Amino acid sequence: MNEFLHQLASGLALGGVYAIMALALVMIYQATQLVNFAQGEMAMFSTYFAWKLTDLGWPYWRAFMVTVVVSFLGGVAIERIVVRPFAKAPVLASVIVFIGLALIFNALAGWIYGYSVTDFPTPFDGPPWFGQRYMSAHESGSVLVSLCVLMLVYAFFRFTPLGLAMRAAAQNPTSSRLVGIRVGWMLAIGWGLAAAIGAIAGMMAAPIVYLDPNMMAGVLLYAFAGAVLGGIDNPFGAAFGGFAVGVLENLMGAYVVGSEVKLSVALAIIVGVLVWRPSGLFGRRLVARV
Amino acid sequence: MSPSPAPRTLLTLAVFAAALVFPFLASGYHLYQGAQVLILAIALLGLNLLTGFNGQISLGHGAFFAIGGYGAAILTAKLGVPYFVAIPLASLVCFGAGFLFGFPALRFGGLYLALATFALAVATPQILAYRGFDAWTGGSSGVSLMKPYAPFALPLTTDQWLYLVCLISAALLYFAARNLVVSRIGRALIALRDQPVAAETMGVNAALLKTTCFGMSALYAGVAGGLSALAVGFVSPESFGLALSLSFLVGIVVGGLASLGGVLFGALFIEFVPNLADQMSVTFGESAKALPGAIYGVLLILAMAVMPAGVAGALRAVVRRTVHSR
Repeated sequence: MNEFLHQLASGLALGGVYAIMALALVMIYQATQLVNFAQGEMAMFSTYFAWKLTDLGWPYWRAFMVTVVVSFLGGVAIERIVVRPFAKAPVLASVIVFIGLALIFNALAGWIYGYSVTDFPTPFDGPPWFGQRYMSAHESGSVLVSLCVLMLVYAFFRFTPLGLAMRAAAQNPTSSRLVGIRVGWMLAIGWGLAAAIGAIAGMMAAPIVYLDPNMMAGVLLYAFAGAVLGGIDNPFGAAFGGFAVGVLENLMGAYVVGSEVKLSVALAIIVGVLVWRPSGLFGRRLVARV
Repeated sequence: MSPSPAPRTLLTLAVFAAALVFPFLASGYHLYQGAQVLILAIALLGLNLLTGFNGQISLGHGAFFAIGGYGAAILTAKLGVPYFVAIPLASLVCFGAGFLFGFPALRFGGLYLALATFALAVATPQILAYRGFDAWTGGSSGVSLMKPYAPFALPLTTDQWLYLVCLISAALLYFAARNLVVSRIGRALIALRDQPVAAETMGVNAALLKTTCFGMSALYAGVAGGLSALAVGFVSPESFGLALSLSFLVGIVVGGLASLGGVLFGALFIEFVPNLADQMSVTFGESAKALPGAIYGVLLILAMAVMPAGVAGALRAVVRRTVHSR
């Protein structure tokens, strides 16, 4: 039983990371109906940036904040420079561009920081919280950070004028433009937010999976699985899906398939959802008019 | 318009003749590289049928390449099946796997297929190394197999024979693909890419045709994987990861989407860029490992921006311009 609770707890910790990665994916999906395959590598690159700052002797939270801001600006810049020219291109072209971006970030990280696996610091050192034995301090802290991100994103979209404008731009670009919303910039800000959220996910995942240029491939895959499971057009569904996938992955890895083939759990979830319930648990069923 | 049929046939024959003479001029490692280029070209033909002509995105063709490779290796090394039977058998298995895998994903638009195949590509090395299949797949240490000798006491070395096997397979599969895309089915595939609704209205069975196309494409990847297992003499899980699948994508984009001749450029490109990077590692040290990825990434984006038809398209444009200026 103890072992089971322990597996459940570490599943929740990684699930939080998957949840906010899935949220970042959904944000871009809602606005463009595209999935950003470079999300994981962008997050990995941000995490290396944070590692460099802490390596220079910066305090953790200052490095954290600066990384989030820089990632936001980087995301905006990528949207304006690389993604924008392909706005009207077919899906295939966009996917190829995203794959290109992912390859570039992977190569850049290897080039600048090398390919060796590195430790990443955590701000949540010390004994486990609340006197329990199932979750390390970092795992508890990581869940807390994930929940904070989810709540902040909810509050941003629900209560701020900018959030409202972004939702409007995603839902109905033409009408939004008519009432004076700068739709193009809303999309760029969306990319910035997604990059910033990805950076947080990377920094929370790195102490667990360790820092190397390929660290996010698995995380991104689980985030995909979470987004597909929860419904790729529903932010809360995707966040729920992320947590669910984290728990499922850990339990399946520990008790059913063995930890060395855990990635196929994500594959099975994606294929299974597409077969039985393509809109996901909470997604809208799409009806296309031809 | 593409060049008129006669010059194209002449060009194809010239390339084939050059490729036929090559093994008697080159030797050793160059011959091996030549065989690799042909193998990659076969895989790219398959992916291009799917992505270029039918508009379906696969980021996971490395998995079918792996099934072909492992299938051929297990059949020849563990069951004693001769390689010329093993490779067709393994590629039939790939057809089935591709058909089945395409089936659920195809009903829901290109993006979901990209997601599912991406997951397949990432999970493949883990599945191949799975301990439960150890008896067949050799776990993480893989399977070794014998390189084939030339039959009928032909005066050919193993390398030359292997190269010729690859060349003949590539030529036959190219011929098949060319006939396919100019046929009624080929037109239906292209119509499904460009105007899916109109195509279905005209009576094209979209689901069946798309899954069959996926299966065919996986079959090509399977043949390539089987030949690659023969050429290398060894299969192991690490060689079939996401990087392989993505390099196939790079190959068809660089060579030219929906261009069958272009796959030769694509294959040359993805065979020699990593080689080049290896040579540069003498000067650059470890950071040279980043070079292929960087070149691939930049080229993918640039190709989409300025050269969406790839090298083949650019050459065609040059030819057209010179012909018209006369």
